[in-house]
Amino acid sequence: MSMAIANAIVQPVEREDYLNKEHGIGSWLFTTDHKRIALLYLISITIFFFIGGFFALLIRLELLTPAGDLVQADTYNKLFTQHGMVMVFFFLIPSIPAVLGNFLVPMMIGAKDLAFPRVNLLSWYLYIIGAIMMLHCMLTGGVDTGWTFYTPFSTAFTNTKIVEAGLAIFVAGFSSILTGLNFVVTIHRMRAPGMTWSRLPLFIWAHYATSVIQILGTPVIAITIVLVAAERALHLGIFDPRLGGDPLLFQHLFWFYSHPAVYIMILPSMGIISEIIACFSRKRIFGYHFVALSSMAIAVFGFIVWAHHMFVAGISLYAALVFSLLSYSVAVPSAVKVFNWTATLYKGSIHYDAPMLYAFGFLGLFTIGGLTGLFLAALGIDVHVTDTYFVVAHFHYIMVGGALMAYLGGMHFWWPKISGRLYPEGWARLAALIVFIGFNLTFFPQFILGYVGMPRRYYQYPAEFQVLNVLSTAGATVLGVGYLLPMIYFLWSMRYGKRAPDNPWQAAGLEWKTQSPPTTFNFEEEPVVTWEAYNYDEIDAGQKQEVKVVG
Amino acid sequence: MFDNFPLWPSRASATAGNVDALFIFLLIVSGLMTLLVFTAVIYFAARYRHRKGVLAEQIQGSTPLEVTWSIIPLGVFLVIFTWGAVVYFKSRTPPRDATEVYVVAKQWMWKLEHAEGQREINSLHVPVGRDVKLIMTSQDVIHSFFVPAFRTKQDVLPGRYTVAWFHATKAGTYHLFCAEYCGTAHSGMIGDIVVMEPAQYEAWMSGGSNGPLSTTGEKIFAELGCVTCHRTDTQGRGPNLQGLFGKPVLLQDGRTVPADENYLRESILDPGAKIVNGFKPVMPTFQGLVSEEQVNALVAYVKSMSQPGATGAKSASNGSPEQSGSQVQ
Repeated sequence: MSMAIANAIVQPVEREDYLNKEHGIGSWLFTTDHKRIALLYLISITIFFFIGGFFALLIRLELLTPAGDLVQADTYNKLFTQHGMVMVFFFLIPSIPAVLGNFLVPMMIGAKDLAFPRVNLLSWYLYIIGAIMMLHCMLTGGVDTGWTFYTPFSTAFTNTKIVEAGLAIFVAGFSSILTGLNFVVTIHRMRAPGMTWSRLPLFIWAHYATSVIQILGTPVIAITIVLVAAERALHLGIFDPRLGGDPLLFQHLFWFYSHPAVYIMILPSMGIISEIIACFSRKRIFGYHFVALSSMAIAVFGFIVWAHHMFVAGISLYAALVFSLLSYSVAVPSAVKVFNWTATLYKGSIHYDAPMLYAFGFLGLFTIGGLTGLFLAALGIDVHVTDTYFVVAHFHYIMVGGALMAYLGGMHFWWPKISGRLYPEGWARLAALIVFIGFNLTFFPQFILGYVGMPRRYYQYPAEFQVLNVLSTAGATVLGVGYLLPMIYFLWSMRYGKRAPDNPWQAAGLEWKTQSPPTTFNFEEEPVVTWEAYNYDEIDAGQKQEVKVVG
Repeated sequence: MFDNFPLWPSRASATAGNVDALFIFLLIVSGLMTLLVFTAVIYFAARYRHRKGVLAEQIQGSTPLEVTWSIIPLGVFLVIFTWGAVVYFKSRTPPRDATEVYVVAKQWMWKLEHAEGQREINSLHVPVGRDVKLIMTSQDVIHSFFVPAFRTKQDVLPGRYTVAWFHATKAGTYHLFCAEYCGTAHSGMIGDIVVMEPAQYEAWMSGGSNGPLSTTGEKIFAELGCVTCHRTDTQGRGPNLQGLFGKPVLLQDGRTVPADENYLRESILDPGAKIVNGFKPVMPTFQGLVSEEQVNALVAYVKSMSQPGATGAKSASNGSPEQSGSQVQ
């Protein structure tokens, strides 16, 4: 009896929230709560991140020496193929939209849930079906075409499981389309009163732009996969010249989706960076409208640059000229964003919490990744560096240095809201530093490696490339530690972390005006927005007054 | 020391210098941009770090500034684009009188045949100071002919020719890589480009040839019976091929196409695809009957019929498309 009383005194009364409202596996698998679905996605993509990371580790270990000595050539080819497929289709594309976007889009605009909660759950099930198919495919033989599936190798020459892997991606693609559709309708129809388009957080603008790409681009990769399967299974002549097809047609269709897909990965990360930089500089984002519109510009221009992947593929000189010119049109809005983030820091009041360190890391790595894009868009340079490690380094700077860095920054920023717990700040700062150093050590040498001439997807290589490869492998080890740390301390904090206040960062944004973790329907009553986005002046002025009163 | 740790590739072609110059320009431009952004971020982060009681100064933005930092990068980008396009056009337009080498790629080797008849596997001997044009095709999947020291790369496709060229400037042995992933032994599909001084090259060329490729082609042309329809003395059932190469051809459907290597190739393997105006689609396909090497020889032979001084001199007076088209009939 006395024990019970003691417990009641020590343990504060648990508020009801979306995590403790219902228990049991069924309450998760049949949930329509966008926050629970976000967590389902979080668990699933984290598993795939570590599977993809494991493949990356084996790749880097194989490349430690010039000779092919760790695995067989065919195994190596499957490793880089599956590293790419897992990371692109089952981690990066769903990462920010399906986890943080799912969790935050309704809350940020003051809605109870997404427009179609059941469709949201369906999209997770589609993802899981695709994911299980992919796992089955990898465990029973795998694929060795590279994630690019170039024909006629994929349709007529390889004897690995193309159709199964293709169908896995096909199914997962519908998950992506449904998420995008849900976001677009939600953002259009479910904004709280007063939440006008120009008061939307930039995270929402970024997700809106991303959703447009997901809806318009993904069907193209879906039909391309169907065509590959049709040629492979039924011998219809589509891509194979021996059957009267055209192998370049495949590349056009593939990149028509897969180039914009890069923006599916990077645009949401730009949204996160805008939120973090505003919060930890205590400032409205410099040039809000330009940052918002640049997301839309990137989404639109992103669709008309695909053939810059094909400058040496055998397209005409004049097509190459046009696509090179258009590629620079995407670079402008990207540069505008970087300049605006930098300008936001000016006369700010800057805090160095872990999310901000990730944002700084993002700025550095995305700048390098973006600038090396200028090299690749320059026709004369591209001829030399395309299909070499220069390209590998470039897209890892964007997709890992950019997108993944921002994803981790976002996970730290919103972790108190998601879990109701605080993560250990010291460890988080250390992890951010380790990731930044490890990343640069892994991928910077690859720029040099590429210009010196090492082609990508090489299982063995001439001895003179070894020193740079060793550096890269060493960096990958450091990077691996940097990625394991957050997973460990996030899990740790769920049990042992301090309870998070509703708004630990004193951040603007409706998601911070609800409890941590939020209740199932997010808000006690529908919020009415009367302030502009990022009203840090009002928040901080209010705080100062409170302090004065206390003092 | 840098033999085992190169930071820059060898520079052994006329193009290499152009590519390197643009690359260095880009390194400088992007280095400056990186410096600008990093300095600003680090300076602001340090200068405006949070201090108790000091509030951030709210700034809405500045349209003139936005326009400035859109226009200036755009200007820089256009310079890079233009420069890159110029380098590309130069590196992609083979000079007219280049020496020709036919390349057949297959999983996982390079087969090269000089117009003079020398055949090589996974190595290519070329002289310093001569333009060399590569006419390439693949027997199976897509490969890519990549010589880092020449800054040259071109995908090699099945079912068509793609073309690359280079002008070697420095004797030595350089890597030839396959740069488009092509299956199990992709990383083993490598070879050597041996650049020789002209005198050594002549010595190398004097041995081991079965005669020029065009002569081989002439033999195949006779053996396959091509000569019975494609006659040179009188009007046959097929077009007269003398002087054809490089000329525009009027087709039955009214289109006019240039008679380039790809046209000749297609007309052998898929003769129904482009019927010359005034002719009937009577030619059978040779798909599967001739190897890639034999097609190359046939193409080389047809091309030789258009060389000045060769048997095709008669056609030299015909220049305009219409005349040329009717002449082909």
